[in-house]
Amino acid sequence: MTNVSTPIQYDEEKLIKEQGFDDHFHDHHHGDKYKSNFITTYIFSQDHKMIAKQFLITGIFWAIIGAAMSIIFRLQLGFPEESMAWLKPILGKWITINDAGIGTLAPEFYYALVTMHGTILVFFVLTAGLSGTFSNLLIPLQVGARDMASPFLNMLSYWFFFLAGLVMFISLFLSTGPFSGGWTAYPPLSALPQASSGSGAGMTLWIVSLVLFVVSVLLGGINYVTTVLNLRTKGMTMWRLPLTIWAFFVTAILGILSFPVLASAFFLVMCDRGLGTSFFISEIFIGGQALDNVGGSPILYQHLFWFLGHPEVYIIILPAMGLVSEVLSVHARKPIFGYKAMVFSILAIAFLSFIVWAHHMFMSGVNPFISNFFVIFTLIIAVPSAVKVFNWITTLYGGNIRFNSAMLFAIGFVSLFISGGLTGIFLGNSAIDIQMHDTYFVVAHFHIVMGIAAFFGMFAGIYNWYPKMFGTFMNETLGRIHFWGTMIGAYAIFWPMHYLGMAGVPRRYYRFDNFDAFSHFADSNKFITIAAIIVFALQILFVINFFYSIKNGKKMTTKNPWGANTLEWTTPIDAGHGNWPGNIPAVHRWAYDYGKDGHEFIPQIVPMREGEKDGGDH
Amino acid sequence: MNATLTESHYRNKIHPKKFALWVACASMTMMFAAFTSAYIVRQASGNWLEFNLPDVFSYSTGVILASSIVLHCAYIAFKKRNVFLYKGLLVLALLLGIAFVVLQYQGWLAMEKMGVQLTGNPSGSFVYVISGLHAAHVLGGISAIIVALVHAFALKFKVTKVRILRFELTLTYWHFVDLLWIYLFLFFIYQK
Ligand code: HEM
Ligand SMILES: [Cu+2]
Repeated sequence: MTNVSTPIQYDEEKLIKEQGFDDHFHDHHHGDKYKSNFITTYIFSQDHKMIAKQFLITGIFWAIIGAAMSIIFRLQLGFPEESMAWLKPILGKWITINDAGIGTLAPEFYYALVTMHGTILVFFVLTAGLSGTFSNLLIPLQVGARDMASPFLNMLSYWFFFLAGLVMFISLFLSTGPFSGGWTAYPPLSALPQASSGSGAGMTLWIVSLVLFVVSVLLGGINYVTTVLNLRTKGMTMWRLPLTIWAFFVTAILGILSFPVLASAFFLVMCDRGLGTSFFISEIFIGGQALDNVGGSPILYQHLFWFLGHPEVYIIILPAMGLVSEVLSVHARKPIFGYKAMVFSILAIAFLSFIVWAHHMFMSGVNPFISNFFVIFTLIIAVPSAVKVFNWITTLYGGNIRFNSAMLFAIGFVSLFISGGLTGIFLGNSAIDIQMHDTYFVVAHFHIVMGIAAFFGMFAGIYNWYPKMFGTFMNETLGRIHFWGTMIGAYAIFWPMHYLGMAGVPRRYYRFDNFDAFSHFADSNKFITIAAIIVFALQILFVINFFYSIKNGKKMTTKNPWGANTLEWTTPIDAGHGNWPGNIPAVHRWAYDYGKDGHEFIPQIVPMREGEKDGGDH
Repeated sequence: MNATLTESHYRNKIHPKKFALWVACASMTMMFAAFTSAYIVRQASGNWLEFNLPDVFSYSTGVILASSIVLHCAYIAFKKRNVFLYKGLLVLALLLGIAFVVLQYQGWLAMEKMGVQLTGNPSGSFVYVISGLHAAHVLGGISAIIVALVHAFALKFKVTKVRILRFELTLTYWHFVDLLWIYLFLFFIYQK
């Protein structure tokens, strides 16, 4: 066992003072001008820590909306005969009540709900809420910078996200309903305003919102990359970066390279909608009338969309992976196993994610020989993914594990990533995908591997860094209830979907009870819906715990409650804008010296003994 | 937060703002790469109208190339403290930039005259849309040059680090939109 807990003796203040880097912070810092005013502190803040909280709280807002939508469409699927009249006060005209008083959900609105759920969760919650929050919070703190390279652009990044959200929110209240053609917004439903009720104003607002969102991602990403490359503190070489930072860094690069492609696709869609071009539509009849548009190709849109779409799923999962790596190592009191292998896996996954997009299009009439190419690269992604899983498990092995909420969610992440990754391997084979495509098997796959797993990474991050954000701890007991309920509940929701999918139950259908082939799944659908309601309730519990603990949680009394090595735990508990009151700490070692030489942990600011080898360089 | 950016602390030789601009250029490159890839993919599936780009586009290419060179000379003059040349060349660069956009517009009119409509065969739509979006990027560059001009005429002449950096940012971006157009121009010619 490596875990002998002799606390290492070091005088943090003295180390930072003597070894740290003096950037004359105080000379420029007349008084505390950044806190002087409510608006610049809480609203138009340029402090990355505040911007992180803004991203997080906006993300939580959207998560509640998106999840509530899923409960409504799950009720429809689980209990198609029940009356939805009680939802009339919220949904208004989308619920029609017949003479017997039975309320039914309008089918168009069912599609709108599914579409909004996907869009909101993928972009607003798991992209902005996850990587926006933690890249902002941790990049400057963990690389040892006073803020981002451009605090101003960083602030703009949040406000573009906010605007994107505002536009999307407005679209929910349109009389024709929000966009309803699926989160992937395939033409013709997206390109023809007259194609469905949501394709008109709803789609216009959807696309405006997402363009604003792309701007937000790009402004954020440019800042993250620049900060990591340019503002690392003295001694912080790339090989000493915590895996969180590697993950955020690569995520930002993926975003910078793939989101512009989405922007191109959207731009062409806008031309088709507004200018009458025919990039994506051809020979369409509406109401018996042929449209003028000739020569477009809807498949072209799918190529452009999935060129972003596949990297996007890694934009969602990589930050979660980074957070999990850090949390696992800290709470297992062991160095992360295979640090360099972890970094190379992140890089390999990122590279491969650009050459697999057509696995979403095996059924779009893509040439089978071309499909083969994509099958092979898709399956190769399993290799770096497996390396990461192996390293996480090995990190846990023989560790002195603290089973707190953060750690539980990190372990849960590993479980979910394995379960969902395995089904990816089925889908990656084009021959099997012919059967599985567009069924609940796909829904199960991506909810487990991306949806739930990324949420787990985010929860691990929130429970772990909550004291850093708010100076208090979240309630542990509630945290553990949240974990066990969500863990069991999430499998209860998505496991049965695999069987539905294998039997061919298609996704995006309004009801199944009147299909002979699928009606016997009525009980499964009920079960899934009930599990979803329970899991939803548990998330509300989390939200209550989150907001309640800001003021009332256990106070943080020491700077470094987890005994972690990274730099964020050397800042004052209530750090101001600029993070460190005096010098910026210098770094002397990698981030994972846990249980080394009989010490429980050795922070990165502690100089190496003579002859000591740096961990990152094995 | 000036304190964040105290000099001497940069790890790399390059200023973070300049680096950020390079990253932004990479992002814009991806956007246009997506357009031209879409063009190729769409072209491969047939029903593609072939036409020759109107000559105006060759002139506009020459103009933007010249503007890049002129702006670069203005930059050199600025660093050599040749105030007269610096201001004069800056004005010239601006005029050339505006001329480019006007010529692009003439190019679109010429296409229209040839019978290649925006809403016709996608081969034409692509040219309109891609060059249109490029022109929007050029307008961004023109605004940057206008800001530089305002500085040149409103502020007292001084060669400071901050001003050199500001000039270099404008210059980098302008070279970028120039190169981008040359790529697009050649692409349209050889991939018609
Ligand atoms: C071993 C790794 C993986 C493989 C081989 C794989 C393969 C696939 C394939 C072939 C599909 C298309 C299925 C279809 O539509 O017929 C798919 C869908 C999907 N995958 Fe994966 N996947 C893997 C990991 C992941 C990860 C890590 C994520 C996210 C973090 C993810 C997110 C998604 C999403 C969101 C979809 C569905 C999108 C939609 O149609 O709405 N996958 N996956
Ligand atoms: Cu994919």
